[in-house]
Amino acid sequence: MTVNKAIEALSLEVVNLSDGDRNIQSGYSGDLLSWVMARATNGSAWITIMSNVNIIAVASLLDLSCIILSENAEISEELRNLAIQKNINLLRSEKNSFQLSFELGKLL
Amino acid sequence: MSETIQFHYDVDGENFTSAGEASVQIKQKLRQLGFTPDIIRRVSIAMYEGEINMVIHAGGGVADVFVDPESIKIILEDHGPGISDISLAMQEGFSTATDTVRSLGFGAGMGLPNMKRYTDSMEIDSELGKGTKITMVVNVPI
Ligand SMILES: Nc1ncnc2c1ncn2[C@@H]1O[C@H](COP(=O)(O)OP(=O)(O)O)[C@@H](O)[C@H]1O
Ligand SMILES: [Mg+2]
Repeated sequence: MTVNKAIEALSLEVVNLSDGDRNIQSGYSGDLLSWVMARATNGSAWITIMSNVNIIAVASLLDLSCIILSENAEISEELRNLAIQKNINLLRSEKNSFQLSFELGKLL
Repeated sequence: MSETIQFHYDVDGENFTSAGEASVQIKQKLRQLGFTPDIIRRVSIAMYEGEINMVIHAGGGVADVFVDPESIKIILEDHGPGISDISLAMQEGFSTATDTVRSLGFGAGMGLPNMKRYTDSMEIDSELGKGTKITMVVNVPI
């Protein structure tokens, strides 16, 4: 499923969309960066409440298809700008990580 | 690509925002040079963790990466406090990170174990009060 389709199906808020045609190959949910670094696979959608700027480097290093911030995690201007600069699809939802994982999982 | 290509980065210890930048750049270079996704992934994980450690535990440092077709060597050197008990530091879950650092998603105590797991060799030279030098090698299967 493409990122565009996921945005529509899960009613996600778009913070930055660099490549909506990117395919979501799998998913990973978690907030500890080392854990995500070691476990999330290339092309995955990453669901997290962690919204500090460091999530952008993790997403670039792993070539994640998108980051979905759960529970309306706060977005700084710095985060938004970095996502734009590094071409990272950054989305947000009011739903929690469990709900998002559950709903996305059904669609993959 | 027959000779070794060398990359050098200064890792800023003051700036949390750019933490991981050297690793992201190395990843892009390796991709341009045609390394496989598996090699790129292993180097990315190991170098990112080492880079972050220099930022959160040592006030920054330098990263040197030597790339040749058979292997990728990463040397991270800092003048931070050093590691008093390396075998303890290597244990999964062990961390001296502050609460502030943890609140940013760091400090899971998985960095050094992941660096070891995702590389073919890792050597730690550390002296208390002097600093830490970590040398990691990822071999490229031919
Ligand atoms: N470059 C370094 N300088 C000083 N201490 C370090 C360095 N790297 C790691 N350490 C020590 O080793 C511990 C374990 O490191 P690591 O496994 O990466 O976990 P974490 O970074 O999550 O604390 C750190 O908490 C710190 O005490
Ligand atoms: Mg660490």
